[in-house]
Amino acid sequence: MNANYTLPRWADLVLLPAVCLAVALLAAAGVVALVGQEPSEVLSVLVQGAFGSQRGISYTLYYATTFIFTGLAVAVAFHGGLFNIGGEGQAILGGLGTGLVALWLSNSLPAWAMLPLMLLSGALFGAAWATVPAYLQAYRGSHVVITTIMFNFIASSLLVYLLVNVLRPAGSMSVESAAFAASAKLPGMHEALAAVGVEWDASPLNLSLVLALLASLAVYVFLWRTQAGYRLRAVGSSQSAAEYAGINVRHQIVIAMAISGALAGMVGMNEIAGVNGKLLLEFVSGAGFTGIAVALMGRNHPVGIIFASVLFGALFQGGAEVAFEVPGFSREMVVMLQGFIVLFSGAMVYVIAPMLAWVLSKVLKSGVQHG
Amino acid sequence: MQESLEEQDLSLESTTPRAATPLAIHMQGIHKRFGAVAANADVELQVAAGTVHGIVGENGAGKSTLMSILYGFYQADSGTIEVQGQRVVIRNADDAIAQGIGMVHQHFMLVDTLTALENVMLGAEPHWLLHKADALVRSKLDALMQATGLQVQLDALVADLPVGDRQRLEILKALYRGAKILILDEPTAVLTPQETEHLFKVLRVLRSQGTTILLITHKLKEVMGLCDNVTVMRGGRVVQELPIAQASVEGLAEAMVGRKVQMGRLDAEVRAAGDTLLSVRDVLVKDALNVVRLHGLNLDLRAGEIVGVAGVSGNGQSELLDVLSGLLTPDAGTLTLGSRTFDATQWLDPQLARELGLAHVPEDRHARAMVMDFVAWESAVLGYDSLPEYSRGGWMSHTGMRKATAALMERFDVRPRDPELKSSKFSGGNQQKLVLARELGQAPKVLLVGQPTRGVDIGAIEFIYSQLRIMRDAGCAVLVVSSELDEILALSDRVIVMNQGRVTGELAIKDCTEAGIGLLMTGGPQ
Amino acid sequence: MDEALFAAMLASTLRVSTPLILCSLAGLFSERSGVVDIGLEGKMLFAAFAAGAAGAAYQSTTLALLLGVLVAVVLSWMHGVACVSHKGDQVVSGVAINIIAAGMTVVLGIAWFAQGGQTPPVSPAVRIQALFPGLQEAVSSIPVVGRVVGEGLLSHNALVYLSLLLVPASWWLLFRTRFGLRLRAVGENPQMVDAAGVSVTGLRYAALTINGVLCGLAGGYLVLAQSANFSANMTAGRGFMALAALIFGRWRPVGAFWACLLFGFLDAAAIRLQGVQIRGFGEVPVQFIQALPYVLTVVLLAGFIGKAVAPQALGRPYSKER
Repeated sequence: MNANYTLPRWADLVLLPAVCLAVALLAAAGVVALVGQEPSEVLSVLVQGAFGSQRGISYTLYYATTFIFTGLAVAVAFHGGLFNIGGEGQAILGGLGTGLVALWLSNSLPAWAMLPLMLLSGALFGAAWATVPAYLQAYRGSHVVITTIMFNFIASSLLVYLLVNVLRPAGSMSVESAAFAASAKLPGMHEALAAVGVEWDASPLNLSLVLALLASLAVYVFLWRTQAGYRLRAVGSSQSAAEYAGINVRHQIVIAMAISGALAGMVGMNEIAGVNGKLLLEFVSGAGFTGIAVALMGRNHPVGIIFASVLFGALFQGGAEVAFEVPGFSREMVVMLQGFIVLFSGAMVYVIAPMLAWVLSKVLKSGVQHG
Repeated sequence: MQESLEEQDLSLESTTPRAATPLAIHMQGIHKRFGAVAANADVELQVAAGTVHGIVGENGAGKSTLMSILYGFYQADSGTIEVQGQRVVIRNADDAIAQGIGMVHQHFMLVDTLTALENVMLGAEPHWLLHKADALVRSKLDALMQATGLQVQLDALVADLPVGDRQRLEILKALYRGAKILILDEPTAVLTPQETEHLFKVLRVLRSQGTTILLITHKLKEVMGLCDNVTVMRGGRVVQELPIAQASVEGLAEAMVGRKVQMGRLDAEVRAAGDTLLSVRDVLVKDALNVVRLHGLNLDLRAGEIVGVAGVSGNGQSELLDVLSGLLTPDAGTLTLGSRTFDATQWLDPQLARELGLAHVPEDRHARAMVMDFVAWESAVLGYDSLPEYSRGGWMSHTGMRKATAALMERFDVRPRDPELKSSKFSGGNQQKLVLARELGQAPKVLLVGQPTRGVDIGAIEFIYSQLRIMRDAGCAVLVVSSELDEILALSDRVIVMNQGRVTGELAIKDCTEAGIGLLMTGGPQ
Repeated sequence: MDEALFAAMLASTLRVSTPLILCSLAGLFSERSGVVDIGLEGKMLFAAFAAGAAGAAYQSTTLALLLGVLVAVVLSWMHGVACVSHKGDQVVSGVAINIIAAGMTVVLGIAWFAQGGQTPPVSPAVRIQALFPGLQEAVSSIPVVGRVVGEGLLSHNALVYLSLLLVPASWWLLFRTRFGLRLRAVGENPQMVDAAGVSVTGLRYAALTINGVLCGLAGGYLVLAQSANFSANMTAGRGFMALAALIFGRWRPVGAFWACLLFGFLDAAAIRLQGVQIRGFGEVPVQFIQALPYVLTVVLLAGFIGKAVAPQALGRPYSKER
């Protein structure tokens, strides 16, 4: 591996993710071709399905909303120097928090009080679920990767237990809670747009998209405009320098994970408050792991994460369309592509980056610094 | 001593081999550059077989580089190596081991969770079945331990072995591989006096059995007590080589430290130091292996004075800086800063230190002083982000920080003048200037500086020195720790010398002489 | 306790624990050499798919097992290329392997067999049957222990017995051979091993190869012995449970074995305990039992029931420093 080349900033932030994506697409295309599909055909149906209609765009953005939350969660933890694989479990707990408070109070409170309460509850539950592994890492040295993986499983067991045994209305066959009252429902995007005179097809897309975008802005501001964010990034970059600066490293670890968990917990606002109106089993279904892919592709920056989330939303939505139209295709192709993206943007980036730097140096001749 | 020996050539560049004694090692014309620095320049080393040969010098004298070349970690740019009279090429550690050269490093290469025996045989196991290998190795090791007096509990886990035992284990490892030439790099750095005596006993036995020993050290008393011959290195060259009978601690110390043009600053202005701003008493620091790093140290820092800490690094200076700045809580001791006193139950912390007017320029620029991934202005506020001109209500003022950084860069001539440039992209000298700018910019009352010009280009050095003098003149109490004696002598009003975790001497600058300082650095008067 | 129940529990514990034991031992070798392995789940899944596909297509047990092993080894080597040869992040690589496996197995399954991601059932001839078919009957007449020994211990197939044998075999390899000594050393202090003249990369790739073989066997077991075909996500978190067992067993083969048995027992018991009332407590929720292995592992990691010390160099890519 040639360690002598480093990438200029623009290449590191924009070109490298693009190249990694291209490699991942190539790999996926290879498998697609292997099973007898036409990669180009699949791709065009996918793009059409994701962006070619109002419904398609809505679904794309609805999926993207959840990914923005989980992607931001992973990113904030990364900036604090931690790998949060627990987004899945934290999202489950967040949804639980959102749902529980809705079940409890939605009949008595109006929407303007209910919805913020649900958001707060979701964020708190998610934060709590992340804080325990964080505390164990900071104060007892337990590796946060292992504990968060364990907590993912514990969370899903907990959800099943509560839904089956506690929250399921008597006599009901389906594994879900009772429905919330109307005050606990986030207005759909089509309703909001209709209120301002724009016609839009009904879809699961709801106002939590706005929440996700606000969260992205908040994360950006927090990380790069506040003292707290500065300290968090210092710890993530160099614990020894942070110690020298008088920053309490252990506190920052717990804070980073708490914020991360809170962000993942907001998934509940999209899925539970925005779409389903009740607690059910499958409302996270891998979004925590997609969040990892999104954060890696988006280089842990909110803007990159928004783009990457839309990309993945498009893949999921487009993938569903392809599954309808192209025989032999399944949504798992998107899952596979996601895996390739994690592989090439994450694990293999040290294989790709030097190659890219070498190519760039040949092409630009003078533009690349020797590292 | 016989007359005939004393009549031998006493010139400083004595290179004639001792008559009739075969040479275990003969290195000739060794040159090694690292970038612009000549770590070894035309070095010749002759080591007689079956002797203990000391190699002494300060940090950066070139002795570690020379031994690394001998052991195959580096290749010399030019020069030859002869082992036992045969010309050899040593490309890596395996080649060295094949030539019968073994090295005991300063930082032990042991696996804590394995037994002593397993550590010895790793990589050279005589059988693929461990119990068979165990038996074979054990009998060989038992014989070795008998013959040399090196006793180690073979079945103990390394994690349970005290430091002295671990070192003995390292020596056993080397001997097991058939080393007839043993290189020991600063072996007594981690040993108590008793363990040191024990080690020397073993080394004498080894010598009597024909093993050649190279001892890298800066502890002259030990050299005088153990070695047969000694080579002094300074600035990458050999400056003296002689049998121990003709050597003395004073002579060696002087050769080690050398004649400085600006020695002693005899014409230095006598300054009346002001109030004591920082003082520590009875500071005791033990490290993770329970080795004492600071032995009940006392120190006062006074306003308007630069105190220089001289000494070979590794003698407690780093721990001293960490204790004074609040990064390390000692096992015992008190610290008084301004009006506040701290003890080991409630020590100073870096944040509080800054609030009390103490600034610290760390020795390790890359790990401590800056966050390399941060841009310049982010690094320029490290430790000070709570200041009102930088943040209000938790909100960072980018403009405030950028402006302040630009001003600091201007004042301290940091190039390029770009607050948005990543910290790692600045040259060493400019990084250091930025760090200094940050710390000095707060007009501290006490300033701690570690290795102020390490990795700094010549142009920036004078600038940094002048900034430190300006601070002193303004009434700041300055402490400078440096492994470069030149630097200490150029800057200090008062010099303290540290050796083995103790202050061995304290001198006003006009009282400093090469011999005096050198002596103090290497263990104190005879 | 009812003899029949005891026998049945013992039998199902062993059967459920087998893939756990195999995966756990796989993780053991990898992590002892210093390479984190989060990808056990994905490797087991992909191997199961390969075994199921090959079993159905070629009607050969040997080929099915072989292909399962091959696929898992290839994935382990890929992990090695990313992380050992190129210093990539070991956790990310493991996560990637899991996601790729989850997706690609179904994609290939649908493409090749058009059964919604499943592979067709392998014929009984290809499935791995009980190794000593007559023995269970023969011993069942022995008083007291007959039923237990017969059903509980002697009724199993070759892979179950193999996995049990692999535990002492792994112990022996790790603690009684030169290779094992070097492997343990490289997970603690790779610099030392390098300085002693042994290749760090070589050792780690060897460990990863063993890891792949064992994961391959685990996946093969799922399809050839436990079920009769591959279905999407059939590993259902067992790879992670194996990882938990490894940690719970403090990175030792025998410890991991007991942990796998414990977790396997809990899994087998979970179904049976449904509806059972415990005095003073009420019904034990099956989900609680399902979560118990993970809770126990966290408790252990937090240091509340003793210490689990990981290999010191675990997770840190090795680079020669001079």
